[in-house]
Amino acid sequence: MIVRILGEGQWDVAEEHLTELNRLDAEVEKAIESSDEVAFANGLAALLNSVRTEGARLPDDTLHDSDLILPPADASIEEVRHMLDDEGLIPG
Amino acid sequence: MSLMKRISLIFRSKANKALDRAEDPRETLDYSYQRQIEMLSKVRRGVADVATSRKRVELQVNQLEQQSQKLHDQAQKALSMGREDLAREALTRKSGLSGQISDLQAQQAQLQGEEEKLTLASQRLQAKVEAFRTKKETIKATYTAAEAQTRINEAFSGISEEMGDVGLAVQRAEDKTAQMQARAGAIDELISSGALEDVSAIGQGDDIARELDAMSKDSDVEAELAALKSGSSQPQSSLEAGEGAPASAVQEERQKEGGQA
Repeated sequence: MIVRILGEGQWDVAEEHLTELNRLDAEVEKAIESSDEVAFANGLAALLNSVRTEGARLPDDTLHDSDLILPPADASIEEVRHMLDDEGLIPG
Repeated sequence: MSLMKRISLIFRSKANKALDRAEDPRETLDYSYQRQIEMLSKVRRGVADVATSRKRVELQVNQLEQQSQKLHDQAQKALSMGREDLAREALTRKSGLSGQISDLQAQQAQLQGEEEKLTLASQRLQAKVEAFRTKKETIKATYTAAEAQTRINEAFSGISEEMGDVGLAVQRAEDKTAQMQARAGAIDELISSGALEDVSAIGQGDDIARELDAMSKDSDVEAELAALKSGSSQPQSSLEAGEGAPASAVQEERQKEGGQA
């Protein structure tokens, strides 16, 4: 399973870690829904850290799309909301 | 659906849209490669732009730090001349500058961070573009249009995700830099208008400096006068010393002793 952290790169994460990633992801989502910036920042940091420590970094010249994509480490709730909009942050 | 899944779907739909434009898949390889090269130069321009902004803020920090040092020196000079009021005034102005300096230093650190991120992004994209170029040549040489399609899709999806990522990084850096440039412009104006300069430039328009100058001129004159006196008529100066401050000090000492006894 390939996971991209925007602005950082891609990691190969074993399937068995998916449950843990989903749990952390749900916390980040909850923080976005309740507009809790502190919980969001902590949750995102934990989620990204889990990918970085559990995953194996892919070489830069790998041409492979990712199964999961995560926001940049310094993203704000506002930015992530924009990202999820159809015409959002991601340049076409 | 999970956040990470949603973001990846959005990236994929953008990548697919880019791919739909293709008619002969092999021709689009060159077209896509062209776009990758453009993106690469865009991210490099981004690095240069952020570096320019960072240097500008660094320059401002240096200017304000020099002014702050001048005010510190003035305060010291004022204190050595017994003018606590002037020293206090200089330090008050200095503390006004410190707020601006630490604000600018925070901006400088943030710009430095953006610059590093973009530099890494450009390195990652460069590696992927190189890989794509190799793959592109292999596909064009080896496969017919029909056979090429699957291979092309694979190469495309990998590179277009990276393009989206880098494009986002450039855009975020531009947004952050634009915010800071407005503030940097305001500080530049303040510096060039002389509003900050006046506070500390010695001998021009600054009241603290003027007073300190005047005082040091006075004390220079006194010192020279004293030197002249001591050189031409030694007795007179020792007489002055005998009748002056020391004598009254001795008297004071006596009074204190008397009071204590």
